[in-house]
Amino acid sequence: MGVSRGAERLGIAMFAPALIYIFALVGTPLFLAFLYSVGDVTVGSVGYRFVGLENFASVLQNPTFRGALWHSFLFTVGAQLIVIICANMLALALVDRFRGRGLVRFFILLPWVAPISLGAIGWKWILDSIYSVINWALVKLHLVGPFDTPMWLGESSLAMMSVIMVHAWRMLPFSTVILLAGLTAIPKDIPEAAAVDGAGFWRTHFQITLPMMAPIINVAVLFGVIFTFTDMTVVYILTRGGPYDSTQVLPSLAFFTGILGGDLAEGAAISVFLVPILVVIAWLMLRLAHRAEVV
Amino acid sequence: MALHATARRRLSFRIYRWSVLSVFSVLLAFPFVWMAITSFKQTSDLYNVDNNPFLFNETPTLEHVNLLFEETMFPQWFFNTMFAGAVVVLITLLLAVPAAYALARLTGRWGERLGIGIFLVYLIPPTLLFIPMSRVVSLLGLQDSLWSIIVVYPTFTVPFSIWLLMGFFKSIPRDLEDAAMVDGLTRFQAFTRLVIPISFSGILTVVIFSFTLVTQEFVYALTFISSASHQTIGVGVPIYLVRGDVYYWGSLMAACLIASIPIAFFYNLFLDRFISGFTVGAVK
Repeated sequence: MGVSRGAERLGIAMFAPALIYIFALVGTPLFLAFLYSVGDVTVGSVGYRFVGLENFASVLQNPTFRGALWHSFLFTVGAQLIVIICANMLALALVDRFRGRGLVRFFILLPWVAPISLGAIGWKWILDSIYSVINWALVKLHLVGPFDTPMWLGESSLAMMSVIMVHAWRMLPFSTVILLAGLTAIPKDIPEAAAVDGAGFWRTHFQITLPMMAPIINVAVLFGVIFTFTDMTVVYILTRGGPYDSTQVLPSLAFFTGILGGDLAEGAAISVFLVPILVVIAWLMLRLAHRAEVV
Repeated sequence: MALHATARRRLSFRIYRWSVLSVFSVLLAFPFVWMAITSFKQTSDLYNVDNNPFLFNETPTLEHVNLLFEETMFPQWFFNTMFAGAVVVLITLLLAVPAAYALARLTGRWGERLGIGIFLVYLIPPTLLFIPMSRVVSLLGLQDSLWSIIVVYPTFTVPFSIWLLMGFFKSIPRDLEDAAMVDGLTRFQAFTRLVIPISFSGILTVVIFSFTLVTQEFVYALTFISSASHQTIGVGVPIYLVRGDVYYWGSLMAACLIASIPIAFFYNLFLDRFISGFTVGAVK
């Protein structure tokens, strides 16, 4: 595919502003993130001293950090597991046209399309320690005693469960719509042929449709993992990492250490622990994109 | 017999569909319904644990909504969000539209690779960059200013928009521009007078995407802006509407509802297009 030299020059001129902007405002901080993580910098300090892996050694010895690392994995795997199962169910239910589909879709998409910080505040009210509507219903159904109601955000394992559920709530519409795109793209005659051959609906679904959707399910999971592993909004609003750091995840810990605590170096070192996961995901995505090009 | 089996299968699928959809609609939309109920309840009704919380035990009231507009910074946050949104949209269009065209048409084979590279930039999360970025922001003298996020948000919107528009421009037949250039237009004129107008819906998608991002972003706005009066809705409402430890739940929920629904509505209209940007060619 040849491009004339004039066109190429124009292309460079049209692309340059965006490239310069991205280098300045993504490239610079990305470089600084690594630089800080191997240096000695705090808010207000002017100098920089290279300290090698000292910051990493120090955070790895910190039990709060090790807790956060574990919570991050739990948060990501838990939320994504819920999301991918439910998204499959929902996409299948939404794929055909039917009366009222637009309205149902709007309701189902709300958690993703509305600002997450506002949705999370809604949940904070729903999970309130005294006025929780869930607890009211549980008491009325005689599932718990009136003086024995669960403290959704005040008790370690319940709080972890709550942030996982709220994040799954927020990510579910996103994965559903991606899977829906994949499901719509499958040629209708293949499942139909299977049905004519006598395969039942569920058999057709699990043995033919689902395998054909594998690439798109991968896409949904990859994005889901990135958006969950690097998120701090839900945790910050619902629990601030508490009680006793039991819901602290890597991004929120980096925020408390680096931004509120002013220890830029240690905060940056915590953030850099996100990088290996991001690199693996980016690599998997490139493989998917490459395969899509070849096919 | 066969017909009978098909009819039964169709009925059982219908039952599956409607049970799944009704359960999930309730689960997913419930917080917003709850915001609506809470917003219009009297304070004494909200905090009476003996009342059924689903019902209006006392007459509905606009007191929380009035409080929100008259005694809080909500109108200011609304204005800040609108202003930042408009400027971010402008910056995004100026940077992304020409860049996407260049990658789609003018740079040959490495345009495609560069395009994927640009897309990967979108995946770099704010929680990796916020610490050094706060230094960059203060170097630029923008700390605690609405302009900090105006300068920084295009780091999300530009890469994603380039990626979206690239696909869009590629779907325009080359012959159109070639014909225009035979008629005497330069390549750049063909781009401004021909390609941009017929790409209107793609450009509108980028506008909506960039604008809603400004309303949805939380981490950077929380990090860079420390005065309540400079905040956007997404941080102002959940952080600064709470005074000390006191949550004004009525006004808080009213604010969430008022801000969420219009944003959700517009985002919803364009969602399928955004999603086409995420599927990275896995769907043909």
